[in-house]
Amino acid sequence: MSAQAIYVLWLRDMKWFLRAKARIISMIMMPFLWLAIIGMGLGAVTTLPGDEPYINFLTPGIVGMAILFGATMSGISVLWDKQFGFMKEILVAPVSRISIMLGKVFGGTTTSIIQGLLLLLVAGLIGAKMPGFAGFFLVLLFMTILAIGFVSLGLAIASRIEDPIAFPLVVNFLIMPLFFTSGAIFPLSTAPGWLKSIAHINPVTYGVDGLRGAIGVSGYPEFPLWLDFAVLAIFSLAMILLGAYLFKKMKA
Amino acid sequence: MQAIVTDGLTRKFNGLTAVDHVTLQIKKGELFGLLGPNGAGKTTFIHMLCTILPPTEGTAKVAGFDIHQNPDSVRAAIGIVFQDPSLDNRLTGRENLDFHGRVYGMSKIQREKRIGEILKLVELEKRANTLVQTYSSGMRRRLEIARGLMHHPKIMFLDEPTLGLDPQTRRKIWEYIQMLNKQEGTTILLTTHYMDEAEYLCDRVGIIDYGKIIALDEPEKLKDQLEGDIVSLEVPQPRKYAEVFRGSKYVKEVKVVGDYLHLTVTGAEKTIPKLMQIIARHNGKVRSVGLRSPTLEDVFIRYTGRGIREEGGGVKEEMRLWAKASSR
Repeated sequence: MSAQAIYVLWLRDMKWFLRAKARIISMIMMPFLWLAIIGMGLGAVTTLPGDEPYINFLTPGIVGMAILFGATMSGISVLWDKQFGFMKEILVAPVSRISIMLGKVFGGTTTSIIQGLLLLLVAGLIGAKMPGFAGFFLVLLFMTILAIGFVSLGLAIASRIEDPIAFPLVVNFLIMPLFFTSGAIFPLSTAPGWLKSIAHINPVTYGVDGLRGAIGVSGYPEFPLWLDFAVLAIFSLAMILLGAYLFKKMKA
Repeated sequence: MQAIVTDGLTRKFNGLTAVDHVTLQIKKGELFGLLGPNGAGKTTFIHMLCTILPPTEGTAKVAGFDIHQNPDSVRAAIGIVFQDPSLDNRLTGRENLDFHGRVYGMSKIQREKRIGEILKLVELEKRANTLVQTYSSGMRRRLEIARGLMHHPKIMFLDEPTLGLDPQTRRKIWEYIQMLNKQEGTTILLTTHYMDEAEYLCDRVGIIDYGKIIALDEPEKLKDQLEGDIVSLEVPQPRKYAEVFRGSKYVKEVKVVGDYLHLTVTGAEKTIPKLMQIIARHNGKVRSVGLRSPTLEDVFIRYTGRGIREEGGGVKEEMRLWAKASSR
């Protein structure tokens, strides 16, 4: 493994990200609309246990959503690299595939965290509850671990796909159900049993629960924070291993 | 000392043999050309030597390292310019070079010094800080060559380095290739389907067709094998006259390429009138006459019975050029 190779792939992702201002705006636009429209619309008719305003409840869910989509979609950079031939330059370099993959994981993770934080800031501006000082670091921790898992998943998918148009379709097909069954937009405590069961095997559930716990939404976390963290850590590790395995077999 | 040694190197794709038991030695410091039509297996051959494509059979040593046992050492010792574009368009020229230097483990001081040197060599200093997106295809090619040189490779692979470039740019790139070979002492393996390129640049040329090396020597020696000049006659029904000339004492070899009859003759000045008489006797009419010394194309025709650009990959090349143009 080469630290310099990991760093330079990360650096490249940062340069791309900072040069694509339109991308940053459009990436947080969708979650922002969820917050503003669904948050206000449903907030007016929703009563939550503990009388927590709906926007406070929804914000961690939507931040989780932004991370989920941003992270998984970041795998598309692999497809562009294949398309423009740059992948050949990377693969012919004297560095291991695992370094290449980790560089991409860190790059994608950083950009998704930035998106998540921007969204959190916007949510704060429209009146959602913000984490305290210690809570903020917990928020960062959960963002990171959630992002690592889903960036790796995105990279694993990207290494198997050649067509940049097919990639977002495949990702949406996979991610949408995870988002809807994670309890991001409604409390799981009042959900039917079958939905709860699905939620319990969905790693995003633990990410959203961890974020709510970190921010201090009343009635959360539903699971102990260490459990949220442990589930996400195992999930992320599994995804890194899957991604690394598929990256190894990838052709330029 | 050999820079590249291949031993029965073979690659099959779904039963189709792209590279067929190639055994070849390339000396250190040599500028070696692999000449052949599109689809002859040149790129596949290079990809195996670069360790990004495993061979089906056979092995090779590159810079003294076995491609199976020591792929990482092979990669560190070589530089490559791929046939298709492989730059990051969203980075600047300098950033592309810097990325490369870092991946190859160069320090900041080494990188800065080397980037300055090679940008000067390929004359891209002025555009170094603009995005590659804005480069012309010739500039991109130069940047790719510079990038391949970045880490002082012992061996440089150039896969069709001037494909689709205009004549001036080709000349320039030839100059860089020679400079790189002479001044930096880099061993170069280049592939091309341009005769003039192989003839002008290479110390030795291997002619490859259907995955096999069919001739291998210095360009001059390859051409000397033909012993004589080539007269090309444009006639209607060239095949009919090919039969007529095949028994003729004036003509050593007869080939038909398109509407042309290529005749290998000695003492062309005196022979041409005789050839015309023969055609006239058969009530034929010669539309045009050409006389030239043999080129590598003629060598290729001699071995394969057809021209290099006559068939194969015409459409593919057009698609590739089109793709290059539209990615600008």
